[in-house]
Amino acid sequence: MAAKQPKVIVLRTAGTNCDQETAFAFKSFGAKVDCVHINQLINKRVKLNDYHILAIPGGFTYGDDIESGRVLANELCLFLGLELNQFIADGKIVIGICNGFQVLVKAGILPGPLTEVEELAQDHSQKMTLTHNDSGKFEARWTYLKVNNKSVWTKDMEDVVYIPVAHAEGKFLVKDNNALNQLESNGQVAFRYSTRTGARPTYPMNPNGSSEDIAGITDTTGRILGMMPHPERHFLFHHHPRWTRKKNRTKFGEGAKIFENGVTYVKKNF
Amino acid sequence: MIWRIEIKQKNGVFDPHRDSIQKSIEELGLTSITDVIVDRIFYLHGDLNETLVQKIADELLVDKITQDYTYTSNFISLNNTNDKEWKAIEISYNPGVMDPVEASTVKGIRDLGCQGVTSVRTAQKYYLKGKVSKQKLDLIINKVLSNKLIQHVVDYKQIEKNFMPVATDNKFELLLVELLKANDSKLKKISQEGQLFLNLDEMKTIQKHYKKLKRNPTDVELETIAQTWSEHCFHKTFRGNIRYQSVEGGKKKTTLIRNLLKSTIVKATKEINKSWCVSVFDDNAGVIKFDKDSHVCIKVETHNHPSALEPFGGANTGIGGVIRDILGTGLGAKPICNTDVFCFASPDMEFKDVPPGSLHPKRVMKGVVSGVRDYGNKMGIPTVNGSILFDEKFVGNPLVYCGSVGILPKDKVKKKVFKGDLVVVVGGKTGRDGIHGATFSSGELTDESEVVSSGAVQIGDPIQEKKVLDALLKARDKNLYTSITDCGAGGLSSAIGEMGQELGARIDLDKVPLKYDGLRYMEIWISESQERLVMSVSPKNVDKFLQVFADENVEATVIGEFVDSKQLGLFFHGCQVCDLSMEFLFEGTPRITKEAVWKTPRLSEPKIPLKTDLNVKLLEALSHYNVCSKEWVVRQYDHEVQGGSVIKPFVGRKNDGPSDAAVITPKLDSNKGLAISNGINVRFGMIDPFWMAASCIDEALRQIVSVGGDVSKIAILDNFCWGNPDKPDRLGSMVRASLGCYKAAVAYQTPFISGKDSLYNEYTQGKKSIAIPGTILISALGIIEDVSKTITMDFKGHDNLIYCVGQTYDELGGSIYLDTCGSLGKNVPIVNFKQGLKTFQALTGAVKKRLIASMHDCSEGGLAVALSEMAFSGGFGVSVRLDHVPYKGKTKRNDNILFSESNSRFLVEVDPKNQKKFEKQMGSVPHRCIGTTEKTPEFIVYGVKQDVCLNVYLKDLKEAWKAPLRF
Repeated sequence: MAAKQPKVIVLRTAGTNCDQETAFAFKSFGAKVDCVHINQLINKRVKLNDYHILAIPGGFTYGDDIESGRVLANELCLFLGLELNQFIADGKIVIGICNGFQVLVKAGILPGPLTEVEELAQDHSQKMTLTHNDSGKFEARWTYLKVNNKSVWTKDMEDVVYIPVAHAEGKFLVKDNNALNQLESNGQVAFRYSTRTGARPTYPMNPNGSSEDIAGITDTTGRILGMMPHPERHFLFHHHPRWTRKKNRTKFGEGAKIFENGVTYVKKNF
Repeated sequence: MIWRIEIKQKNGVFDPHRDSIQKSIEELGLTSITDVIVDRIFYLHGDLNETLVQKIADELLVDKITQDYTYTSNFISLNNTNDKEWKAIEISYNPGVMDPVEASTVKGIRDLGCQGVTSVRTAQKYYLKGKVSKQKLDLIINKVLSNKLIQHVVDYKQIEKNFMPVATDNKFELLLVELLKANDSKLKKISQEGQLFLNLDEMKTIQKHYKKLKRNPTDVELETIAQTWSEHCFHKTFRGNIRYQSVEGGKKKTTLIRNLLKSTIVKATKEINKSWCVSVFDDNAGVIKFDKDSHVCIKVETHNHPSALEPFGGANTGIGGVIRDILGTGLGAKPICNTDVFCFASPDMEFKDVPPGSLHPKRVMKGVVSGVRDYGNKMGIPTVNGSILFDEKFVGNPLVYCGSVGILPKDKVKKKVFKGDLVVVVGGKTGRDGIHGATFSSGELTDESEVVSSGAVQIGDPIQEKKVLDALLKARDKNLYTSITDCGAGGLSSAIGEMGQELGARIDLDKVPLKYDGLRYMEIWISESQERLVMSVSPKNVDKFLQVFADENVEATVIGEFVDSKQLGLFFHGCQVCDLSMEFLFEGTPRITKEAVWKTPRLSEPKIPLKTDLNVKLLEALSHYNVCSKEWVVRQYDHEVQGGSVIKPFVGRKNDGPSDAAVITPKLDSNKGLAISNGINVRFGMIDPFWMAASCIDEALRQIVSVGGDVSKIAILDNFCWGNPDKPDRLGSMVRASLGCYKAAVAYQTPFISGKDSLYNEYTQGKKSIAIPGTILISALGIIEDVSKTITMDFKGHDNLIYCVGQTYDELGGSIYLDTCGSLGKNVPIVNFKQGLKTFQALTGAVKKRLIASMHDCSEGGLAVALSEMAFSGGFGVSVRLDHVPYKGKTKRNDNILFSESNSRFLVEVDPKNQKKFEKQMGSVPHRCIGTTEKTPEFIVYGVKQDVCLNVYLKDLKEAWKAPLRF
């Protein structure tokens, strides 16, 4: 049964600030999008179940005051844990961008259980973190990303894409090498910072000092994606910092495919 | 009970903040500190036990992957300076200063089910390794680790006491000021001691008013008058009378100017009379038409005095304030981008040259940049453009201009308070912070300002303001309120006064939500606590209104009513504490006449040896702090949030070339856009403020033309920062700048739609007074019909033609070139408005016809710098002949042509196939092909005698430009 119109919930709360452009990206591929404050979900005025895609956009939820994403991550686990588990169990899909990625990681939703043992135990403990950039500063710059196009979200993407980051806490760290190896062998690394040709980068091409240049990961199913770079900021052609130097003009930029993939997936599977 | 949790980075986890602190300590000249560790401390207050504290640490405060923690409720065991090798210092915010982390931490703790927590304070604990004397340690504490205006070194014996501000007097007592019996010297004393900054004339007018009423004013009445009449709120200088005497070429001329603002800036706008101006000089921001559904608005503010004392907090609340101006425009606009311009003293200044009471310029700069970054990024408003200037006279008074642009539906421009509307305050709570900001910024700074004015310094809470923004746009679109004003300087006093001006208002000060107990009625009324707005809501809508704000977790409270009394009535504890006539408050101020004198300064042109090595001079110009790359700053600003970015601050092959105007699309599904630019040049003003103002307008317009904007669709803003206007020479130069504004705006047909002035930017130390150079900032907002046709400044290919468009004159006065030669000069660039306008129009046409591959305006550093920037940004070399540059001047020298900063000039790259069409399009505008772009990365310029006068590699040009501010 194909969904007539995929429905996207863009989750907002105090300090969310990339909700409008994230909504625009999904809308451009025909989805119906609602930007919903978390209070509405907690009060049950809006049901998560009514949607196919959950997007947690960028921003500074609660100021990232304690650490990035932490307060919203706790809110999600404490007040919406059941609904969220059901949503994921139903085969629906989730994307967290920048602050949204930080939230997913700190809530233990990403990377999720890494092994069969963890899967059986439903181990959603926090195994990774996103912490302060090595430069000690907020960094707004464009990065090349080497793509692993095996997930729902990254299917058919070019091998290397160009997408900007804008964050102060994007350094990806894993609790131990086992977890890191597991992440790699499960094929959960979706994006790595790279050079223009896909080779290993140095600063500032890896803008934050992430382990193994990791910029984004999925869960083992590939249906939940989290990434520090902002694909909604290279959604249109003229978002490219050098668009005035390019000869062939297209409508969309290199991040658009991610949103299209999400919408297409829902159309096919629901 | 208070619990303390100390959080450490785990061994092996890299902490970037250590390095930056160590570096700052080294910059003080102290090299004995070899390592720094920074721990984060949370103090939790409330009904908590050990299990709960552990839970809070484990589940909320500590990241298990990177951090460990310890906790205690016993402070006796703690101390600050312990062993020989390590010194430990803990720094915390002073009681009463906003701790930006508190609100979200309390929320996070309550989410965990620990309802017992009542408040949270945070601190940083620094461990410094190495030998250091007590004196040097104090230096580190004061110059690097803390600012005593807002922070203190934690004394573990005083934890309880320092946790919350102590209630000064809980007993209510109405204070009257003995005014009726006061003689002149007593009146002056009352003004001075109350920090009212009212002059004797004004004090006497107030006395007369109260004599008629046959009573003394209450303290809050007098304070309200002082706030309303302050330079900051009332702009006495611009609106008053000025006797202006100008001495030019030995000729003396005296004129009486009634209302400088109306007779220059506003007059220009009236004469130009553009149909697309919607609301000018009326609301918080100027409003112009954007498209068939929406208008856009723009406002630029300054926050100089607070930024001088506490750079982070000053800039932070400055940007917060200007954003609230946008929120308070019409019935509320949505901020879509910010722009910031700063003026500092040189970051290289020796510590011994920094006057007492002032902070080192580098610290000021870093703090200001952090403050803007923090607020703009967290609110999700892109900082798209800006500028930083340096001059040693900004040492006591840095300038911090914060601008913001907003968009609003066209049916939401008009606002009107109705009789019976409720007065609702939304957003942050009110505390003792920010007392006396309005009056404080209307006086000069002294070396004691840091002590007496600490109340005027605050830290902002951007997330609070973001919540207010989200809620208020929802309420706006549901038509739930009738009017809105932000609380800026003067707090509730100014906001409610302004809204109730026509009707009158009755306010219950007891109802205002407070951060802590013990505030006096006066403090509640004039506090400038941040992130608050006042709205008028019809009683029939109030429930729905409050619900919208509750849904977004924003506090909204009814505190009174607009009544048809023409009086401002304040009540506290059931007693009336203020009964003030609105008419007297707003119309009663005595018109003062100030003296202004302008004398042409005696200056001369320096003699520069003909043999000067111009290669060296070009590199020096590119490395000049006013020219060099500001990438270190700009990359810390989010300039792409909201998804509307079209032309970014950096463009070119490596994303590191300096773009001209920024271009954004406020609506993501439309190609209609906005261009934003700034013009500022203090060195021109040191020669002639008239031509500084005109040149700044020319520059702001040039930048928009450079990206393809149309000069007939540009609105501009003025922003004057001057010294003490009570000194005739300062005021004279300001008058002259205003006249320049009028002349240029009318000539270019670009209306002023809003403006601002910040005066008294002087620093007095004993008998010595340092004034800033009179500085005008012109900000421009242009409408772009189709952003897909805009262009950037980086060369796009090799073997393209390079045109110089516009006439170059012998105008090195105030130039970067002369500054690198240690002189100011005399021949300041003037503007040939007729020629300039024709040039702008011709180029706009050429862009529309897509005849231009890249374009850049010539500004600081002249043709040589502009050409270098285009070359190294695009990655193409040049071969250029100076004898082809359209030039008029007595002395035809290479350096004159290369470095003159004549106005209305552009460099344009044209594909040879478009040559004929381009030349035809230029018509009678001075233009000539001066060379070509080259594949080889060399910058080669042939001089007027066909000799090679410049020959440099692009990479050397770029490095010279990028290196200086790479902190």
